[in-house]
Amino acid sequence: MTPQSLRRPRFLARSGALVVLVVLGLVVAGCGAGGGGDGAGTLTIYSGRHYGVESAFEQYAEDSGIDIEYLTGNDAELRERIAAEGEDGPADVYLTVDAGNLWAAAEDDLFQSVESDVLDTSIPEEYRDEENRWFALALRARTIVYNPELIDEAEVATTYEELAEPEWDGRVCMRNASNDYQQSLVASMIAANGEEDTLDVLRGWTENAEIFANDVELLDAMAAGACEVGVVNHYYLAEMLEEEPDAPIELLWAEQDSRGVHINISGGGITRYADDAEAEAGKAFLEWLATDGQNTLVADNHEYPANSTVAPEPLIRERFGVDFKRDTLRADVLGSFNERAVELMDDAGFG
Amino acid sequence: MSIASSSLVRRRRLGRPSWVVASVAVAVVAVIPVAMLATSVLRPNGEVWREQWRTRLPDQLVATATLVVGVGTVSILLGTSLAWLVSAYQFPGRRALSWALVLPLAMPSYILGFVTTAVFGVAGPVQVFWRDQFGRDAWFPEVRSMTGAIVALSLTLYPYVYLLARAALRDQAASAYQVARTLGASSAEATRRVVLPMLRPAIAAGGAVVVMETLTDFGTVQYFNVETVTVGVFRIWRGTYDRDAASEIATLVLVFALLAIGLERVARGRARFAESGGRGAGWTPRRLNGWRAVAATVAATFVVLVAFVAPAMRLATWAISEQRSERGTPMLANFAEYLGNSLVLTVATVSVCMLASIVTTNARRFGSPRLVGAANRTSAIGYAVPGPVVGMGVILALVALDGLLDRVNLGLPGAVATGSFLALVYAYVIRFLAPGVNAVEAGLSQVPDEATSSARTLGSTPRQVMWRVHLPLARTSVIVAAVLVAVDALKELPIAYLLRPVGFDTLPVWVYNLASESRFEQAALPALAIIVVALVPVIVLNHQLNRTPS
Repeated sequence: MTPQSLRRPRFLARSGALVVLVVLGLVVAGCGAGGGGDGAGTLTIYSGRHYGVESAFEQYAEDSGIDIEYLTGNDAELRERIAAEGEDGPADVYLTVDAGNLWAAAEDDLFQSVESDVLDTSIPEEYRDEENRWFALALRARTIVYNPELIDEAEVATTYEELAEPEWDGRVCMRNASNDYQQSLVASMIAANGEEDTLDVLRGWTENAEIFANDVELLDAMAAGACEVGVVNHYYLAEMLEEEPDAPIELLWAEQDSRGVHINISGGGITRYADDAEAEAGKAFLEWLATDGQNTLVADNHEYPANSTVAPEPLIRERFGVDFKRDTLRADVLGSFNERAVELMDDAGFG
Repeated sequence: MSIASSSLVRRRRLGRPSWVVASVAVAVVAVIPVAMLATSVLRPNGEVWREQWRTRLPDQLVATATLVVGVGTVSILLGTSLAWLVSAYQFPGRRALSWALVLPLAMPSYILGFVTTAVFGVAGPVQVFWRDQFGRDAWFPEVRSMTGAIVALSLTLYPYVYLLARAALRDQAASAYQVARTLGASSAEATRRVVLPMLRPAIAAGGAVVVMETLTDFGTVQYFNVETVTVGVFRIWRGTYDRDAASEIATLVLVFALLAIGLERVARGRARFAESGGRGAGWTPRRLNGWRAVAATVAATFVVLVAFVAPAMRLATWAISEQRSERGTPMLANFAEYLGNSLVLTVATVSVCMLASIVTTNARRFGSPRLVGAANRTSAIGYAVPGPVVGMGVILALVALDGLLDRVNLGLPGAVATGSFLALVYAYVIRFLAPGVNAVEAGLSQVPDEATSSARTLGSTPRQVMWRVHLPLARTSVIVAAVLVAVDALKELPIAYLLRPVGFDTLPVWVYNLASESRFEQAALPALAIIVVALVPVIVLNHQLNRTPS
């Protein structure tokens, strides 16, 4: 052994001791962080919605003087966590995207009912739970888009079902089956057409469609000429057009001669574990989001406000319009079909 | 110099109980959360299995097997040949390249997924250039395919094989090769008969890491439309809201992982190479001339370019254009906080992992090797389980523990609850114990048993032997282990996403909040931040491994 290595044990022993001290310090600090945080005057929000929520939280905290703490996460996991934490947990409000997630949270009995005239009048009936356990706050339309350099508007399919016809083989770009919005679209087709017809449509899609992992990549690929038509959430196109106003993609509202374009929601509710004071604070927050806070929450993301008295932000208002026919399927019914939608896509081998 | 194989090494049958207890305890604590989830298998839901078997499962199994074999093979070939190239030959840029080839380790796979498709996809600059050159309908390989997934994953995972192979080449194989040459073997013969067999343990260990990382991935593969069993598990959990069904199918991933571990043990063989009398003199690399030298430089540079420089450049250009546009990068003001949280979490994880690794690997020398060996293999299980599954298991374990404590009226509010820092570190340690244990064990296996027994004969206690003999001799491996755990912990997303305390956001959480909403351009700056931070341990690692042995 070299003289240098003879000195090492002491170095290692010292760094070992240091490590133990650091860990102990962290544990103590960690206990403090984990234990506190849900005192009076603090509203804790678990959010499966990840974009644009911070500015709404900040704005509301400033306006109301309430402290807001929040935790973003994946929905299935946030629900598990709210359930596991139970009465000890800090979550007062659960915000999320997709009707299926809201429905599942209500099924798991994670929400309490909220009696609020403000919410009742500002959010249309089809966009809230029957027992007032959750309310939509933003609307997203999943519709058909096309590349006008490759196809004339007149030739574009006007319904989702049409895209299953053999003539569309290799001409359609779609999102994969793991995606909430794709699942929700299929759930709406089950509600409208029944399982058997939906399965047929899915088999056709499986034949025809090129599959993408996200709507942004899908739109980029379409602009580069990969497909003539595609199915996306409207706000991804809005975002693309915000960056490049001349991008060669146009929007076509689907199902205008039938049930109307598929609408999915983003929304929230008060958790069962919020005490009376927290529930009251949570209600006030939801009411603000449904009224004065609508555009703080949705405008950045180019969504349509769930409150129809609030005007959408200019880009979608001007380029996509507001007078289009929407599928009026109740969001809770939509959510209840999500599980079957996943199973049918499995069956058809879609995406 | 002598080379001892395990058959020559005598081991004591019975060891010291305290060491055995320690390593069994680590194994039990590590395995509980995974076991709690796996219990759903004990009351299987036949319906779920029938449905899955009728629909997707067969294809998923084939895809998983293809992906694992593909990524494993490509990574091993790439990692080993690059290690051989930079160790055995001298060519322009060798020093820099041997260093740069480790860089892809700093690239988290969930970032790689969207960057790869952005760079090489239909709308990416490469294909746009291609079409400009060769016309609109010019053929280009399909990026969103199994081949694409294999290439992309291999390009981030090969460094594990490369690192271990390079270290083994330098520390052991060099002198053996020279001895073989002195004894009259040709260069090719010495390579085949001496060097490759000596590299086997390193290649097997590196390959096992690659396979585990591939099996637990569910973010990257989706960008390539590859549906593995793991992807299916998450769709069942998140789409049909059935956690039990998902965890039942998840046990299949575990079966794959156990197969891989078994294969690794077979591949590693009974070989165990210890060198006494200090390290060898290292290689004298052969100088390449003419086109060979150019080819070597070009090949290695190409790998670095494709695997690291191109994706990093793509992120950088996005980040710059975002900073110039008016919307900017959301939450940039919190950068210091995210960075701090990431560092605190990483330091805590590395500390606990290293403590556990050092104790359990030393226990193998002092305790019953068979029992301790089994315990150590068990405690590695978390590495074979996808992050969210580990996180969910920890939640279940904590809920159970909480119930237990309540029953004996011993409430520990905060400390054991979900969302405490402690729970988060616990989950991280379970997930990343394996790379730590494996690397330390690899180092320790090079310490001849004679060193241990001599020290013991001279009256040292096992603890003294651990501190004064084993650790100094295995010092490089201990540092390598710490660095590997640190890089993994810095990049880890799903566990933090599920278990972190409210308000404790890390760099990966920041990236994911944006990337999950497909705001890739806005996610570019935080993504670069992760890569830069992860480069620090990677550079430390390089530095350690490049120090010329004294």
